[in-house]
Amino acid sequence: MKCSEFLQELTNYLDGVIDDRTKSELEDHLAWCHNCYVVCDTTKKTIEIYRDSQLYELPEDLRTRLRSAIVSKCQQHKKTGPQSV
Amino acid sequence: MSTIQPRVEQPVSDELALVQAAKGGDVAAFEELVRRYDRNVFRIAQHITQNREDAEDVVQDAFLKAYTNLGQFQGQSKFYTWLVRIAVNEALMKLRRRRPERTVSLDEEVKTEDDSLPREVADWSPNPEQQYSQAELREILTRTIQGLPPGFRTVFVLRDVEGLSTEETAEALDLSIPAVKSRLLRARLQLRERLSRFFQKPESGDGNK
Repeated sequence: MKCSEFLQELTNYLDGVIDDRTKSELEDHLAWCHNCYVVCDTTKKTIEIYRDSQLYELPEDLRTRLRSAIVSKCQQHKKTGPQSV
Repeated sequence: MSTIQPRVEQPVSDELALVQAAKGGDVAAFEELVRRYDRNVFRIAQHITQNREDAEDVVQDAFLKAYTNLGQFQGQSKFYTWLVRIAVNEALMKLRRRRPERTVSLDEEVKTEDDSLPREVADWSPNPEQQYSQAELREILTRTIQGLPPGFRTVFVLRDVEGLSTEETAEALDLSIPAVKSRLLRARLQLRERLSRFFQKPESGDGNK
């Protein structure tokens, strides 16, 4: 397996959606190709860091304000009918 | 090497009942749906628009649009996937309005050149995020993801941050499954490449071990 072929399968490999035979070919490649090992490992860390970092959390006070605005607009829509929105 | 463990939300069995009640005009039932997904919609909107006020507007507009169009929700997909589709469209409209000089579309075809081929292959520190303060780390991650084209950024956020499946992402963005997979791969590789600059081991300057 070439490095470019490994890269093509990287996303499927990291997501665990891959058949056993391809998986073992990829792991054979990882065992001797240090560059692909590093790329695979650091891609996985990239995903985990973003997943765990909680960028853009919604502050509780803003959350409450947005929710009451939504609810009051929904109630208004209910009263006046669909044509008003 | 182990696979990524997705952040899986527990299936919500009463969700369909809430949707049905909301369809019948029960605003309290709809409020419960808002409570479940407002944080997700806000994150997605902010990632797409890159602007806090726009993201706040998108949360309101998307939920209101969902409420007024509940009759069209057939229940073949999850309510959340349907809602994300509405939210993505609202967010893209905001982005277009703010940047009228640039066409913003999820379909914009990004060069098929190997722009994602790894060039930086130095290993990272074992706990790279601990090299920085929380504030610095947020700044690094935010700037890095903002540098991706919107079409890549959105696929990455839905799949890897919000934990939608490939199929759900394809449905929410109206893309084919191969398109989602190809964008996801390139988004992941480009983010990795850009983060390497901040996270690589200090002693691995020559790239060899």
